[in-house]
Amino acid sequence: MQSFTLAAPNGLDAATDAGGRGGRYIAGGTDLLQLAKDNVETPDRLIDLEPLPLTDITVTDDSLRLGAMARMSEVAAHPAVVARWPVISQALLASASPQIRNMGTIGGNLLQRTRCGYFRDTGFACNKRVPGSGCPAREGENRMLAILGTSEHCIASHASDLAVALIVLEASVDLRAPDGTTRTIPLAELHKLPGDTPHVETTLRPGELITAVAVPASRAGMRSHYLKVRDRASFEFALVSAAVAIDAGAGTVHDIRVAAGGVGTKPWRLPEVEEALRGHPLTPKTLADAAALAGQGATPATQNGFKQVLLRRAVLRALQTATA
Amino acid sequence: MASIGKPIDRVDGHLKVTGRATYAAEFALPGLVHAVLVQSTIAAGKITGFDLAAAQSMPGVLLIITPDNALRLPTGKGGSQPVKGPLLQDHDVVFNGQHVAVVVADTLDRALAAAARVKVQYRRDEAVTDMDAVLAQAYVPKSFRNGARPADSRRGDPDTAYQAAFAKLDATYVTPIEHHNPMEPHATIARWEGDRLTVWTATQGISTAQRTLAGHFGIDPAQVRVICPFVGGGFGCKGNTWPPVTLAAMAAKMTGRPVKLVLTRAQMFTSNGYRPRTVQKIRAAAETDGALQSLRHDGFNLTSQAMLGEFSEPVALASEFLYACPNVAVSHKVVATNMSLPTYMRAPGEASGMFALESAIDELAATVRMDPLAFRMRNYAENDAHEGKPYASKALMACYTQGARAFGWEGRAAGTRATRDGNVLVGWGMATATYPTNRQSAAARVRIGADGSVLVQSGTQDLGTGTYTVMSQVAADALGVPVSRIRFELGDSALPHAPVSGGSSTVPSVAPAVAAACAAAAGKLRDMARADPQLGWGDVDASSLQVQDGAVIGPDRRIGIAALLARHGQSSVEAVAESGPGDEKKRFSLHAFGAHFVEVRVDAELGEIRVARYVGAFDIGRTLNAKTARSQLIGGITYGIGMALLEETHVDGETGRIVNANIAEYLVPVHADVPAIETILVENQESRSNPLGVKGAGELPMVGVAAAIANAVYHATGVRVRKVPIRIEDVLGSA
Amino acid sequence: MLGATVTGLALAPQRSRADDTSPAPAPAAPVRSAEAVDIVLQVNGSPLPLTVEPRTSLLDALREQAGLNGTKKGCDRGSCGACTVHVDGRRVVSCLTLAVRAQGKAITTIEGLAVNGTLHPVQAAFVAQDGFQCGYCTPGQIMSAVALIEEGHAGSDAEIRSWMSGNICRCGAYPNIVAAIRDAAQEG
Repeated sequence: MQSFTLAAPNGLDAATDAGGRGGRYIAGGTDLLQLAKDNVETPDRLIDLEPLPLTDITVTDDSLRLGAMARMSEVAAHPAVVARWPVISQALLASASPQIRNMGTIGGNLLQRTRCGYFRDTGFACNKRVPGSGCPAREGENRMLAILGTSEHCIASHASDLAVALIVLEASVDLRAPDGTTRTIPLAELHKLPGDTPHVETTLRPGELITAVAVPASRAGMRSHYLKVRDRASFEFALVSAAVAIDAGAGTVHDIRVAAGGVGTKPWRLPEVEEALRGHPLTPKTLADAAALAGQGATPATQNGFKQVLLRRAVLRALQTATA
Repeated sequence: MASIGKPIDRVDGHLKVTGRATYAAEFALPGLVHAVLVQSTIAAGKITGFDLAAAQSMPGVLLIITPDNALRLPTGKGGSQPVKGPLLQDHDVVFNGQHVAVVVADTLDRALAAAARVKVQYRRDEAVTDMDAVLAQAYVPKSFRNGARPADSRRGDPDTAYQAAFAKLDATYVTPIEHHNPMEPHATIARWEGDRLTVWTATQGISTAQRTLAGHFGIDPAQVRVICPFVGGGFGCKGNTWPPVTLAAMAAKMTGRPVKLVLTRAQMFTSNGYRPRTVQKIRAAAETDGALQSLRHDGFNLTSQAMLGEFSEPVALASEFLYACPNVAVSHKVVATNMSLPTYMRAPGEASGMFALESAIDELAATVRMDPLAFRMRNYAENDAHEGKPYASKALMACYTQGARAFGWEGRAAGTRATRDGNVLVGWGMATATYPTNRQSAAARVRIGADGSVLVQSGTQDLGTGTYTVMSQVAADALGVPVSRIRFELGDSALPHAPVSGGSSTVPSVAPAVAAACAAAAGKLRDMARADPQLGWGDVDASSLQVQDGAVIGPDRRIGIAALLARHGQSSVEAVAESGPGDEKKRFSLHAFGAHFVEVRVDAELGEIRVARYVGAFDIGRTLNAKTARSQLIGGITYGIGMALLEETHVDGETGRIVNANIAEYLVPVHADVPAIETILVENQESRSNPLGVKGAGELPMVGVAAAIANAVYHATGVRVRKVPIRIEDVLGSA
Repeated sequence: MLGATVTGLALAPQRSRADDTSPAPAPAAPVRSAEAVDIVLQVNGSPLPLTVEPRTSLLDALREQAGLNGTKKGCDRGSCGACTVHVDGRRVVSCLTLAVRAQGKAITTIEGLAVNGTLHPVQAAFVAQDGFQCGYCTPGQIMSAVALIEEGHAGSDAEIRSWMSGNICRCGAYPNIVAAIRDAAQEG
C-alpha cells in the first residue's frame, strides 16, 4: 500500500472541499483498503467520512432515508427496514461477513468495485484499471463475470447486493458537490455501462459525495425479496441474484420491479420481466412465462453461459417466494 | 491411570485460546527489519533489467535483492530437497509469480510499498500453461516415489478381461489445481550471528529446513538452528523448505539485521506448492453379480519445469489393492508446464485418485444395479493382492457396517432423483477411504526430575494435529504419571531428531520413540534401585520393579524417585531413545481405512449443492486421544467438502497467472457449509503396523469425501459429474 | 564460502517521525501526515501509545508494534476473519481498519478476554470442545463468537453457522466451534 494522508474534516463543507481538491473519500474502508493493499488504487490523500453526521436512518410514513455512513449491519437489523423494505435487509445480510457488515457503509457499498480477478491484480492487463491495456477476462477466467451490459472492453460484473435491492425500490441518491450544491439522482442512473470507458464507473462528478439514499415506501416494497445464488453457503459474492418487489393484491399484478445481480456490469433492472407481469393475473404460469424472459440481450463469455438459465430460474424463485 | 485413548483436552489449548501460542512471525528480535517478495508477471522468459530507482528512494528501504546482487549460493547443496529454486541465482523465469526480487525495509508498510514500485523488464518466451493441451507430451516421472517403485504396475490381463466382461466403464476424471491455504501464511524470521544461522519458520519439518539451509549456505547443519513451536496449519505446503525461507536468510545475511519475511496470501499461491491438476482415465469392468474383473487406472498430473524439480501425484496406488480384482494395471505420467512446482497436499495421491476410483466404483455399481455399499462388500479384498501380503490390520468391513448403520443406509432409495423435499433433491452417497501407514526413524529424550516432573523432547512438529497432547499421553502412561506432570517440547532442531510431519507419520514415528525413551529412563531408575544396597532389590528381577506415580515400586515396598535420585546424588535421570521402522513393511500391507456416508441437498432449479448430513467411520488403529482424533477426522472431511464443491485455482490460460490468488475467490468451506458430522472410530487394537498400533489420522478422513459427495449428487440428480469441484452449472440441466 | 558482493543501501533510521510540517492541507480539514504519527489507542482497557503511519492497519499496529500477536493475519484483505477484534463492542476485521481511525475507541483483542487468568466462558468452551486445531484462526473465531452471543445470534446451530461464516478455519474445526458457542451461550 502506498503512503497517504488522512484528513479528518470537521463537517460536510470541509469534506467536499477536500474532495474537490482531489482527495479520495474513505467510508468503511473495506473495499478501498483492499484495493490499496493490492496497489489497484493508490490514493495519496484520503478524506475520512467517519466524523460526518451521515449515519442516521430515518423512517417516515412514505420513505426511508439511509445516511451514506449508516453501517450495513445497522440498516439490516433496523425493524422498519425488516418490516417495510425486507429486500434491503435480506440483501445486506447476504453480503460479506458480520465483521465486514459492521464496517461497511451504505454509500461505500454502492461504490464498491468489481471482484473481477483481472481488475484486482496489477499483474494483468485491464481496461478498467489501465485504459487501453486490454481485457483478458473476455477469453479468460470469466465464470463469475457479467453477461449483460458488457462491451468489448470490459465484462466485469457489479458486486453490490444492496444496489440490486435498492433499484427495485426505485431508490434515489443524494449527492453533494464540492461547491456545496446538492442534487438527487435515481440510483439506477448512478452506475454506468462500461462501453469504451470502463474506468468511468459512475455518473458522479469530480469530488461529489453520496450523502444519503432515499427509498420511497410502497406496497411492492413490503412484499419484496432478495435471492442470492452462490457456490458457498455464505461469505461469497453472487453468482446470480434476483431482487423482486411486487404488489399483487386481489390476484392481479399492480406493481412489479425486478432486478438481478451477478449478471450485469451494473445493477441490472429487468423491465422485460416486469412488463410481462404488470396488469396481468398472478398465476404460476404468468410468473414462469415472465421469468423466462429475463436476461434478454445477454452476451455470455466463454465460461458463463449458464448464467442465462440460472438468471431465469433465480428470478422465478424470487417471484414465487415474494408472492407465496 | 492410563490416559491413552481418553478424550483429554489439548495441553496447548490454553495458549491457543488466549492468543499466547507463538507462531513463526511472532518472535520479537531487536533490530528486526521486514522483507517482501517481488514476483514475476510473466510465465516464461528472461529478466533483462530492473528499474529500482523509485523503490530505492522510498523511505525506510534498506536493500533490494535481485539476481544481479543476490548472494551466490553454493550449487548442488540443497540436501535431498525436491525444491530446486528459484533463489535469485539467475535471470530465468519459468512461471508467473516467481520470486524475482526481495525488498527489505525498516517497517512492513514501507517494504510492501517499495516492493510494489520495483519495475522488472523481461524478454518473454512462449509458455505452456494448459496441461490438457500438451497431455500427449506426458512422460513417465523420473523419480516416482523417490525411485522406491516403478510408476506403473500390472497383474493379470486387464484388457482382455475388460473386453469379456458384462458391465464396462471407460471414463475420465479431472481434479483441479488446489491450494492448501493454511490460515497462517508462510513466515520466516532469520538471524545470523557470525556464521551461525537461527531461523524461526513455519514448517512441517525443522530437520529438513536445517539441512536445506545448511546446504544452501554451504555451512554445517550444526550451524543452523530451526525453531517452530507452533504451525498455523500446513496441509503439505510447509513440508518442503521453499525458497522464501532461504531468501529470508539471504536478506538477513546481506543486511546484517534479523529479517522477517511473511508471504502475502496472494504469494501463498506461487511460493509453496499446490495440489496439481490431474487427469485420470479409468477403464473397469464387472460381472453381472458385481464381481470386479478388470481395472485400469492411468493418471496424469501437472508438474513444473524440470529445473525446479519434479512432482508426481501417485493417484492410482489405491487401485492396486483396494478391491479384489484379478486384472489390474495402473500408470502415472507427468506433464511439464510453466507453473510453479506442485507438492504434497493433504492426502496426496489418494485424495485425487480416490475421487476417480470411488466414483468409478459407484458408476459400475449402478450399471449392474447393485447398491454401492453391497458392490464394495462384494469386492472386499481380504489380502493385498498387489503386494501379495496380508494387511497388518483391516477393519474396513466394520467401517462399512457401523457407518451404514449410523447413517441409516439401508433406507436408501434404489434409483436416482427418487427423493424430493420441496425444491430440493436429496441424495445419498458413500465411498471408501484408505491411506498408507507410514513411519520413519525418530528420537526422543526424557528427563525425570527429582520433583517428579517429566520433560520429554523430540524435534517434531505440531501442525494442530495434537502432537503436544498425544506425546504427553504416551509419556504419561509409559511412566505411570498424570499427563499434567509431562512437559513435551518440540519444534527445535536442537532437540533429538524427528521426521517431517507428513504422510500421517508423526504419531507412528514419534510415539514409539517417546515410549522407548520413557522405558529407557524408567529402566535407569530400576537399575538405580536394584543397585541401591539399602533397598535390597539386588536379586530382584528388573521386570518386577515398576515405575509409577513418581516412585519405583518393588515386591515389598516403594521408593520415591526424588529419594532415589537424592541417594545417588543426582537431580534427574535422562534417557534418549530412537525408534525406526521394523520389518512390518516386509511382512504386511499397511493401511488405514474408512467409509464415508453423506446426504446432499441439491436445489432442483438453482443447482446449489449443500452437504446436509455426514457419517464417517474409520479404522485408524489405536486411538491415542479420542478428542483430537475426532478433530482430525472432521477436519479431513471438511477439507474434502471443499475439494468436492468449492476449491479450484483458476489459471489464466494466456499468461499462466492465477486469477483467484486470494481467499475470497479461492473458496474454502465456511461454517455454513459444514453440517454436524458423526465420526465413528472402529475398534482395532493391533501392534503389527508399529509398536503402538497407530495408523495416523491426518489424511485418511479426506480420502473419498469428494467421491462420496459426487456419488450423492448423482443419486440426488441423476447427473454424474466426473470432475471437482462440482458446480451449480454442472447440475443445472437436471431440472 | 559465501563469495558475494553486497550492494545494500545505507541503513536508514528505523522510523522517521514528522511533526505537522507536511505540505498543504485543505482548509478546515486537519491532515494527518503521511509520515508516522503518534497516537494512543485504548486496547483492552489500557492506553497504548504507538507511532504509526496513516496507512498502518490496526492489525499491523497490534502485531508489529505493540507485540500483541494474539490477533492473527490470515489474508490481510478481510476475507478470513483471523484478525477479528472488537471496536466499541462491535466485531470488525482489524486488517481493514486503519489504526489512526481507531483512536478514541475501545478496542478489545484476544489478550483482553481472560480476566485475571480466568478464561472467558467462550475460551473455556473452545478448549473443552476442541474448537481448534492449529490455533491460528482461534483468536478471531473466539472474538467473533463472543460478539455473536452478545448480538443474540446463538439461537440455533444453523444461526451460529451463518453468523460465524466470516471466520474461516482451514483445519475444519467448525462442528466443534459451533458446539463450543452453543455451550457458552447456554451457560451465559
